[in-house]
Amino acid sequence: MSFFISEDAAGDGDSSELARLFAGYTISATAWLVFATFVAIVLAYKFGAPDFGSGAWLTFGRLRPIHTNDTFYGWASIALVGLAYYVAARSCRTQLYSIRLGWVGLGLFNLAAVLGTVALDLGYSAGDLEYREWPWPIRLIFVAALVVTAINLLATVARRSTDDIYLSNWYTMGGVLWTVIIATVGVLPWYQYGLGQVAVSGFYMHNAVGLWFTPLALGIFYYALPKLLNRPIYSYALGILAFWTNLLFYPIIGSHHFLFSPLPWWLQTTAIVFSVAMLVPVWGGSANFLLTMRGRISVVAHSYTLGFILIGVVGYLVGSTQGTLEAFRSLQQVWHLTSFTVGHSHLTMYGFVTFAIWGGIYALLPAATGKRPGRLGIAAHFWLAVVGSFIYVIAMSIGGTIQGLDWVQGKPFIQSVIDIGPFYIWRGVGGILMFLSHLVFAWNVWRMTLGHGVQASAAQAGPLATEAV
Amino acid sequence: MRKLILIAGGSTLVYFGLALLMAVIPGFELSQVPPGPGVKPLTAIEAEGREVYVGNGCSYCHTQQVRPLPEDKVFGRPSTAGDFAYQTPELLGSERTGPDLTNVAKRRGSEVWQYIHLYNPRAVVPESIMPSFAWMFRVVDTAPKGVTPVPVPKTFAPPSGVVIPTQRAKALVAYLMSLKQAPLSNMAAAGETSAPAAPAGGATAPAAAAPAAAGQPSGGIDSAHGEQLFGDNCAACHQANGEGLAGTFPPLKGNAAVNDANATEHIHAVLFGLQGKVIDGVKYESPMPPWGKQLGDKDIADIINYERSAWGNHGKPVTAADVAAVRAKDDGN
Repeated sequence: MSFFISEDAAGDGDSSELARLFAGYTISATAWLVFATFVAIVLAYKFGAPDFGSGAWLTFGRLRPIHTNDTFYGWASIALVGLAYYVAARSCRTQLYSIRLGWVGLGLFNLAAVLGTVALDLGYSAGDLEYREWPWPIRLIFVAALVVTAINLLATVARRSTDDIYLSNWYTMGGVLWTVIIATVGVLPWYQYGLGQVAVSGFYMHNAVGLWFTPLALGIFYYALPKLLNRPIYSYALGILAFWTNLLFYPIIGSHHFLFSPLPWWLQTTAIVFSVAMLVPVWGGSANFLLTMRGRISVVAHSYTLGFILIGVVGYLVGSTQGTLEAFRSLQQVWHLTSFTVGHSHLTMYGFVTFAIWGGIYALLPAATGKRPGRLGIAAHFWLAVVGSFIYVIAMSIGGTIQGLDWVQGKPFIQSVIDIGPFYIWRGVGGILMFLSHLVFAWNVWRMTLGHGVQASAAQAGPLATEAV
Repeated sequence: MRKLILIAGGSTLVYFGLALLMAVIPGFELSQVPPGPGVKPLTAIEAEGREVYVGNGCSYCHTQQVRPLPEDKVFGRPSTAGDFAYQTPELLGSERTGPDLTNVAKRRGSEVWQYIHLYNPRAVVPESIMPSFAWMFRVVDTAPKGVTPVPVPKTFAPPSGVVIPTQRAKALVAYLMSLKQAPLSNMAAAGETSAPAAPAGGATAPAAAAPAAAGQPSGGIDSAHGEQLFGDNCAACHQANGEGLAGTFPPLKGNAAVNDANATEHIHAVLFGLQGKVIDGVKYESPMPPWGKQLGDKDIADIINYERSAWGNHGKPVTAADVAAVRAKDDGN
């Protein structure tokens, strides 16, 4: 099946309101990105200067969950929902079901993130349960935001003027609906005592990534790539296969975060087996994107927007394959509980999800608002982010491996702290470059929305139309 | 509409089923796991300390799970399901930027050490990158009656006044001092009485047992092993250079008991602990924990022989049999 996205929307009536909503989500998400990664710089600095900022409010253990939750639920979630709305309305050739609900959702997402940040900094934590540290009433606000988003997306797709439901919407609708379930499962208290909570943690921390950020980011690829390249996705059927296999395999693998723990051995082994099965959707999906780009290398090389997407696809491929490898008991024995995991999570949440979001925003926001950022701005953003995250991931991967080998060799624990020291510094160097790229990105967002950008040319979206050449 | 219901509804139904299967049902099942033998709920102040631990994110750097892997033996026996009965929220953790704390009360059994370490970790572990929790302490001119100030070493102490812990620090230390694994029932007897192989949480005990079984005479001196055990268990207070912490933890370097040809006093101190001893005119008030319950005779002999030969010391070496003799004579004291 070939699906060709044409630029004109049937419902042009709401396009300026939709553009404003899209811009609102992007600006809000960008503010969270800058805040959460500023916190990250403070955290990275503390590894070399542990006495720096030693008050209660600046202590490492409070700032660390603020960094993770705000990048997850402030930056990535809000940015992806904004993109999902725009993609839904355009690919369904209709108007968004409700602009107002869109703003209500944005308000709820922000309310949850602000309250969550304040609560964590005051020392109110639901427990060090990764990515669900916010006290439960705050997580309920986040659930409400998800429900609002689900209703809005579904109702938009329901009123589509196309016959088919374009693949992107499968992923975005699915992601939002499944995440309502994940978030609800995470909040309900009745089955979460002691080891029972460990089982739920394994499920939650992994699913919150792979059935929320992954499908939404993939939904963007499926829309932005054909649009930028002016050619249909390589295989629609492969995209559908990846959709269902991701849904079937991913929820089962969460316990691989607790290998060698007292969780039932069968639960751990099942998780490992399906971690291998995840290669089907990951390689299928990645191949689909790469084959869509095949033969257009010169176009990709001349477009930073496509560059962001290419890095995102490679991040998805490499990060997810690495996740499968890490699930093997033999490799876990070295890498588990080390900083290698930190490198992995940045390869996926940054190299994949965040680059996908950037690609999506640079591809679609100028078309919505009619304003482009300068090419120099995009270039600076791209290279700072690529080089920075490369240094970051490599430093953590090597440092984490050394840590793990120190333990295997039975060295005194403090030796592992000493040995990884230089790599913490490299991580800080990479982190600073990444943070600088976010400042440039914020400037670019400003130009695409409220500020004076370069006027976007004719709506016909050639590959380079979204960038000032 | 049918397409929408199929895609959105169908996939959500599938996911709902998987969530039940992979999270809710295992969650229900595992929430019912009864506490293991000897696993007790926390006291009020320990529970309060646990909240301090949670609220300040200690488990982002410290795990509380011992894996059935050789590299984890230093932290205790492998964790079992019954260990976690009273642990909500769970604190297994996902990173070991710092060491595992499952058995920290056994491995760092001195409350005074815990206070100094919290106030500034670098005062006792120079290479540590743990944050200082000085904000859980107060600096006053003189300690109120009944409150013992924390003996922070000069370099790290405030310029004037004395350091006393707040309720938060007291609760946190009470919680940390509660962190010790209950011995598994079938190991309890061995662990409690003479601990020949000390499987019940002895640091690296099984690792030590292996070479012994491979034919090494039980009295043989294994200085590398002794140095490792000293680093794992003793260096926190006595320091890697054997000099201790002035006025708080006594030096072993040049220590009379350590260099005495008769090792009984030295062995006794390691086996049963010590408090209030005067060394070179300084009285050491912080109690030293007894190690006899966690470490076997061979391990203790290795540690003692390391102490007797390191840093210019020249005490006569001891054998596991010597340790066993002191243990037998004084057991029950």
